[in-house]
Amino acid sequence: MSREDITELVARQLPEAKPGPCKQLLEFIVDAGHIRMLADYLKQNPLTKMDYLFCLTAADRKDGLNVLYFMTSSVYHHSVLIRVILADKAHPVVPTVSDLWKAAEFYEREVFDLFGIHFENHPDLRRIFLSDDWVGFPLRKDYKDTFTLER
Amino acid sequence: MKEILVDIDLKEKEEYIINIGPQHPSTHGVLRLETCLQGEEVKYIIPHCGYIHRGIEKMSEKLTYPQLLHLTDRMDYLSAHINNEAVALCVENAMEVQVSERVKYIRTILAELSRVASHQLWWAAFGMDLGALTTFFYGLRDREKILDIFEESTGSRLIQSFITPGGLMSDIHPNFQKRVKDFIKYFRTKLPEYDDLLTGNVIFRERTQGIGILSKEDAIDYGVTGPSGRGSGFHCDIRKIAPYSAYPLVEFNEITFAEGDTYHRYLVRMKEMWESLNIIEQLIDNIPQGEIMLNLKAIKAPKGDYYQRVETARGELGVYIVSDGGPSPARIKYRSPNFSNLFVLNKISAGHKIADLVAISGSLDLVIPDIDR
Repeated sequence: MSREDITELVARQLPEAKPGPCKQLLEFIVDAGHIRMLADYLKQNPLTKMDYLFCLTAADRKDGLNVLYFMTSSVYHHSVLIRVILADKAHPVVPTVSDLWKAAEFYEREVFDLFGIHFENHPDLRRIFLSDDWVGFPLRKDYKDTFTLER
Repeated sequence: MKEILVDIDLKEKEEYIINIGPQHPSTHGVLRLETCLQGEEVKYIIPHCGYIHRGIEKMSEKLTYPQLLHLTDRMDYLSAHINNEAVALCVENAMEVQVSERVKYIRTILAELSRVASHQLWWAAFGMDLGALTTFFYGLRDREKILDIFEESTGSRLIQSFITPGGLMSDIHPNFQKRVKDFIKYFRTKLPEYDDLLTGNVIFRERTQGIGILSKEDAIDYGVTGPSGRGSGFHCDIRKIAPYSAYPLVEFNEITFAEGDTYHRYLVRMKEMWESLNIIEQLIDNIPQGEIMLNLKAIKAPKGDYYQRVETARGELGVYIVSDGGPSPARIKYRSPNFSNLFVLNKISAGHKIADLVAISGSLDLVIPDIDR
């Protein structure tokens, strides 16, 4: 499907979805409450069939913590990026998509480890790289530690 | 005295837990596999990673693009050229500049040479995992020839940092073409030896056929890419899906098998070495003249989000750059192939014997620094 067709499908399914700034990939910005609905729709719809989540990550931006879902179809090879902006940096919560794509289970653990974003209903949410008693979330911009040199 | 706690539940089921690693030859790096066994049978595996987590993504936020390139070599060190290329392509796309045809050709040749070198080392170590020590000598003997070619042109053997945003660090050595052609000729006579030694070996086939079957659906669901995914019939070759550099100009086959067992993951890599030699042969005589490095005043990505996918020797590497317009990224994420390939291990080795676990994890070809970053 072309970018226009997918945009139209998403607009019909979820009118609240806004177009995003990314130029390379077709991007939508949705609320945390809608991500599961849109992800499930794009995965199950035989026209889009987004069965392969190739990346899930986050970024600490001025407007809040952005959670990014990169998905593509193993059949049609068209890709979509969905962005969820969590304005509350103190308590960022987003529902898990690990039941839709198994790959998400481990990406979400990584994002939890490095950004402290809590994924609701995740089966096994614990730190993946850092030790369990690590304080803070290193990839946040306000993270301070004792051994990084400030430039 | 502290009371010793015994897990009653585990005792009743006659299950016990052993730790394989973090220092164990068959994990090929610092990885710990918490393995639950019942007798000799594997019940489940919990991988524990992070022993070699260096915070490359955090470090990169304070480095400029040409500087952070050097850290990418240290992720999947057997695909160093390809990792460099991923960052270079992502930054070039962001800056909307095109490198010369000469650079594209050289990049592709170097990438395919590293793919062959990586598969050679994997083949050498895979045989050794299964107890065939001879393969290690054969594999490393031939890999040495590629490393010599790298050394002559790029100045180093393992981690080169040769492909940079804007082009290449320097031009190739005048001997490069001749030595690569000699290598292709030489290695084509050696690859059948590899098959004689291992592929046709009865013990090897008994150890690998029908072991660790990964279905196509699971491969997609877990995001298993590269030769491991293609062994299950998942068409995931980025060189075919989204061709970059000189790949649109060459003809090659994407090797896939439907079976998805350890033996077919092995076969994919063996056949990929032939394909890589074909790709190099199509390019090596036609390297056009052109400039090696673009004259860029400052390497700065304009404000925005950029994503680049490339195919390393182990699967899909993604580079995601968030830029505020400065000389260094606001956030850089590496979607490393080994990270996703690791976590399928529990799924495909549960129910097999512990000796098969070594064969299965060997066939996934994990490089641990790429998982931990």
